[in-house]
Amino acid sequence: MNLPANSSRMSYKSKSRFSKLRNSKTLLLMCMPAIIFFFVFSYIPMPGLYIAFVDYRYDLGIFKSPFVGLSNFKFLVISGDLWRLTRNTVLYNIAFILVGSIVEILIAILLNEIAAQRYRKVTQTIMLFPNFISYVLVGLIAYNFLNYDYGVINNLLKNFGAEPIDFYSNPNLWPFIIVATRIWKGAGYGSVIYFATITNIDPEIIESALIDGASTFQKIRYIILPLLKPTFVILLLFSLGGILRGDFGLFYNLVGSNNSILFEKTDIIETFVFRSLMNNFNFSLASAVSFYQSVFGFFIVTFANWLIKKIEPEYALF
Amino acid sequence: MEVSSKETRIQQDTSGIVIKIVAYIFITLFTLACLIPFIIVISTSFTSESYIIKHGYQLIPRQFTVFAYKLIAADPQYLIGSYVVTILNTLIGTTVGLFLIAMTGYALQRPDFPYRNTISFYIYFTTLFSGGLVPYYLLVTQVLHLKDNYLAILLPSLMSPWLIILMKNFMKSIPHSITESAKIDGAGDFTIFVRIILPMAKPALATVGLFLALGYWNEWYNAMLFLSSSVKYVPLQLFLYNVVSKADFIRNSAAAANVPPQDIPMESMKMATAVAATGPIILVYPFVQKYFIKGITVGAVKG
Repeated sequence: MNLPANSSRMSYKSKSRFSKLRNSKTLLLMCMPAIIFFFVFSYIPMPGLYIAFVDYRYDLGIFKSPFVGLSNFKFLVISGDLWRLTRNTVLYNIAFILVGSIVEILIAILLNEIAAQRYRKVTQTIMLFPNFISYVLVGLIAYNFLNYDYGVINNLLKNFGAEPIDFYSNPNLWPFIIVATRIWKGAGYGSVIYFATITNIDPEIIESALIDGASTFQKIRYIILPLLKPTFVILLLFSLGGILRGDFGLFYNLVGSNNSILFEKTDIIETFVFRSLMNNFNFSLASAVSFYQSVFGFFIVTFANWLIKKIEPEYALF
Repeated sequence: MEVSSKETRIQQDTSGIVIKIVAYIFITLFTLACLIPFIIVISTSFTSESYIIKHGYQLIPRQFTVFAYKLIAADPQYLIGSYVVTILNTLIGTTVGLFLIAMTGYALQRPDFPYRNTISFYIYFTTLFSGGLVPYYLLVTQVLHLKDNYLAILLPSLMSPWLIILMKNFMKSIPHSITESAKIDGAGDFTIFVRIILPMAKPALATVGLFLALGYWNEWYNAMLFLSSSVKYVPLQLFLYNVVSKADFIRNSAAAANVPPQDIPMESMKMATAVAATGPIILVYPFVQKYFIKGITVGAVKG
């Protein structure tokens, strides 16, 4: 009795699977370019992480190069590189997230208080400009300001009779420079989302608060800020996932690949990998760092997603 | 009673006025901070070299000259070549990428598409885990053989998980009943997508299109990785990078214009090249800004 019932259910199931496939043939075909694209550019390179465990030889290729186990990783740990890279990448990202969010929320709230529609539009447009330029130009602009001989900052200092600062040989100043540049480039763009959240607040809530005698400050403190919290939390959790990923263009164009005086404070995982590959041709070392970044980063993302699920299940990524 | 209500009104006004003043000051200052660097770049490109050496970069052009632009124009083939590469790349990449992203995004949000979660995860997973730069470099150079090929700067940027998710979230806001009623009328899925969905998704197309166009216009990373000096024309931003970081680029074009080495306006030529390489994308932006802000809002807030 059990068997036929079972088999009929199975055949029904497989038939439904077939009809599922047939009915969604077009939609599946529509996804095909994306499936192939990500297979080629993202999935094929994944097994290549194996390079981290070999002493890569160009003439032999990845899988015939001699296997060396963990010695690449050992080297990175002993030389202190792995610690320095992790520290820099993580600290920079935390600074970007915290300072960035504060500035973005501040811009959104203050922009909302500006009654002159046209002024608001013009300033918002201009604040988005830096988001539209390449990091090459950002690097050039930073150089405009920091250059020892003709730089804008040193120019001002000289006019006031102060000593010029040699930015490019003073690593301790760079965390501030890099964070400021990143905020400059991204804050206008980042504030758009917060600003939209504010404009979406039901005007009745604010009106009734104002009728009850709430001051503008109280309106911001007790209505707007709490309503921005979910947006902030979501963006925070998203960026948490990328905490081990650095912004290569930013660091590379600001610092360059030769200024080793600054590396102690400015080297991140991406710039190290790039240098190992393009300047030193050390494929295995570069791969070992990438491997560490991918695996460790994967755990962080999984953790972040677990957090999202706890806080706001609707926003979970998977 | 009356006094206290007056008091609260006064209190409300003062905090409102203070915040308004702070708002105008802060927003104005930040806007200026976003604007002034651009003005300095433009202004320096019009300032004579001797003035820059003496007084540094300028906010207003002093000793106004178009010498730097003249020098660029005297030997324009590399700049024009870069323009052609970048414009073609931007046009092709944006058009093709946008179509593929829209198609994928539409399919992935169709509630009656049984594989939507599997494929979404397949795409999303690539942001969680990657092979890193080395295998990617070997793939492009050894497997796909795209070294020194313009396809190396076109193909990898066609799609990104983030843009597909953005598109998918936007497409979700188009009611499924529209698709359903078109189906009843006998339209196929692809026809529905092209004839009905695409025209309705203009803000999303404008947003994702602008992201793609920006990416292609500002592309220099893949170019730096995969285009060696044997390639005649590099994209604009790599051209700018070379001009800024390698002095001989400027010397060469000055030599072509018979300018003696001591008269080469190094600094103003860097800035003039930056103006030439950046200008167009910033000029396009105000026209799509309306869609752009709407698009990121819809796509991003809904995560």
